[in-house]
Amino acid sequence: MSSRKEAALAVWQARWKGLSRGWYRYSRNPLHVVGLVVLLLIGLAAGLAPYITPYPEHAGPYTNFREAGLPPSKAHWFGTDRVGRDVFTRVIFGYRFSLLLGIVVLSISVPIGVLFGLIAGYKRGSWIETVLMRVTDIFLSVPPLVLAMAVAAMLTPNLFNAMLAISISWWPWYSRLIYGMTVSLREQYFVRELELTGAGKLQILLREILPNCLGPLLTKVTLDMGFAILMGATLSFVGLGAQPPTPGLGTMVAEGAKRLPAEWWSTIFPALAIVVVILAFNLVGDGLRDVFAEEEV
Amino acid sequence: MGAYIVKRLLQSILVLFGLSLLIFFIARVVPGDPARAALGNLATEEQVERLRAEMHLDKPFFVQYYYWLISVLHGDLGKSLYTQRPVTQDLVQFLPATLELMLFATLISLVVGQTMGVLSGYFRNSWFDGLFRVISYAGVATPPFVIAIFLLFIFSQLLGLAPGVGRLPITMAEPPRVTGFLLIDSLLAGRPDVTLVALKHMLLPAISLAIAHIAQEGRITRSSLIDVQQKDYILAHQVHGIRPTKVIFKYLLRPSIVPTVTVMGMDFAFLLSNAFLVEVVFMWPGFSRYAVNAMLSKDLNAIVAVVLVIGLTVALVNLLVDVTIAFLDPTVRIRRRGG
Repeated sequence: MSSRKEAALAVWQARWKGLSRGWYRYSRNPLHVVGLVVLLLIGLAAGLAPYITPYPEHAGPYTNFREAGLPPSKAHWFGTDRVGRDVFTRVIFGYRFSLLLGIVVLSISVPIGVLFGLIAGYKRGSWIETVLMRVTDIFLSVPPLVLAMAVAAMLTPNLFNAMLAISISWWPWYSRLIYGMTVSLREQYFVRELELTGAGKLQILLREILPNCLGPLLTKVTLDMGFAILMGATLSFVGLGAQPPTPGLGTMVAEGAKRLPAEWWSTIFPALAIVVVILAFNLVGDGLRDVFAEEEV
Repeated sequence: MGAYIVKRLLQSILVLFGLSLLIFFIARVVPGDPARAALGNLATEEQVERLRAEMHLDKPFFVQYYYWLISVLHGDLGKSLYTQRPVTQDLVQFLPATLELMLFATLISLVVGQTMGVLSGYFRNSWFDGLFRVISYAGVATPPFVIAIFLLFIFSQLLGLAPGVGRLPITMAEPPRVTGFLLIDSLLAGRPDVTLVALKHMLLPAISLAIAHIAQEGRITRSSLIDVQQKDYILAHQVHGIRPTKVIFKYLLRPSIVPTVTVMGMDFAFLLSNAFLVEVVFMWPGFSRYAVNAMLSKDLNAIVAVVLVIGLTVALVNLLVDVTIAFLDPTVRIRRRGG
């Protein structure tokens, strides 16, 4: 075996060791493991929704008034809604759209926010920092939900515009987080030393500072998946997100709420579904925080 | 102190100016013709053109913004398409109901949050502490509209313990409007029975708003309490036989005042946006429900006004909180004076 291969092997062994140590820390709190399992189940169910749900055609504009408003039973675990669609099927499809929304929102807002934060933090004291951080402040001057609702309303309310609107109100939080970390990291010796050896700015930012931000970033992204889903559900609840017949979890809660208390299942189950997914992301995020917090010590 | 307030004030004005530019920009780039929307489909092309000129829509963006800003500074936020009235008039009508609800919710979250925080910190690792932890987890993960629907479903519809939606039953006439706060207006009208009914109606929406904040404030009080409990002077007080209640209220709670005020300030923005959802569920005739209806009917003037008013309110509250903290916390006060 060549020495190069051995070195590569050693790197992989070290990574494996780090990973298993991380898992040990993560799994010390059983709640974190429960959160992870629930999340995997939800992800799997959402991904395979067209194949595993009992009535996949109920996710669209399907109506069957003979089966409308049925209480939970063996055939319909969560009952049926006012036009006879299976609530369980629609909840699983709702998860599909919720997760999609979370992923899209974070893939738009995280890169923008990270870029803003890195540049502003590295250019500390220059006019670039002032401009970037003041722009961030402007976006943070109204609660994110209000900004997202206003933007979604001014564009035409639908699932795509809801994603866009939430992203617009979300990136400044990443800008703040990464800015703070960059400011403290750039004063560290390893960054100073690289600057003296003449390393390029781009290299310092992307290869030295960014990797050191990844732990807290990953924690925040996980927690924010939950909050982005919450916001998506909120927007669709007030009618500014996914439009019927798209089975948005918030839309289903809003439509079912008109039939409370008699047909409680068409509201309560989608509402619980929202709580479960947000709770799961919160638990996993907390677990990740534990993993990274101890690594810093 | 004075210089500090002026500096913060200038910062807030700059941010609000930026916010107005941002929201005005979005309102102008979205597809759709505001003049056509204002007149409806029946108006002729000439009428629309005339209104476009009146609204300065035919001019470049920054000229439009200039005219708009001038009229906003004169208190003219344009006409709402949804209510067909000046937006300013709408805001004056709908704001008090929301403020009343938010104040009541803040009161609940302060009293309950502090109590729970003290109890769970004092009886650490007891069953009560565990219960509190579960509640605070649920409070963070449950969207306010879900809490509102659950409370409405359980306490009003299933158990019949609380009244349903709205500020008053439909059969009950509102007292003559003086302040817009029902609790105050009904007392002024000499109708304490109406006050009681209004209070009952406010209970569920206020609790729905308060739950997330109860959790947060309670947690801060708890950790601050635990922190201080380990200090030597507390032990000294206990050894000297000072009553536990006195130790709690006089020495243990005091250090948690500053973080609690800070968090209340930060939470205010969330309270405001949560009010949007709670008002929708409870059909509360307030500012937030007006805002949601304006958004659903794509009423640009009203949406822009709502965002600005919220931005202004959040800025004012933050300013107030910063100043309060500067007064409360001697270390901040001295640092400001020195630096």
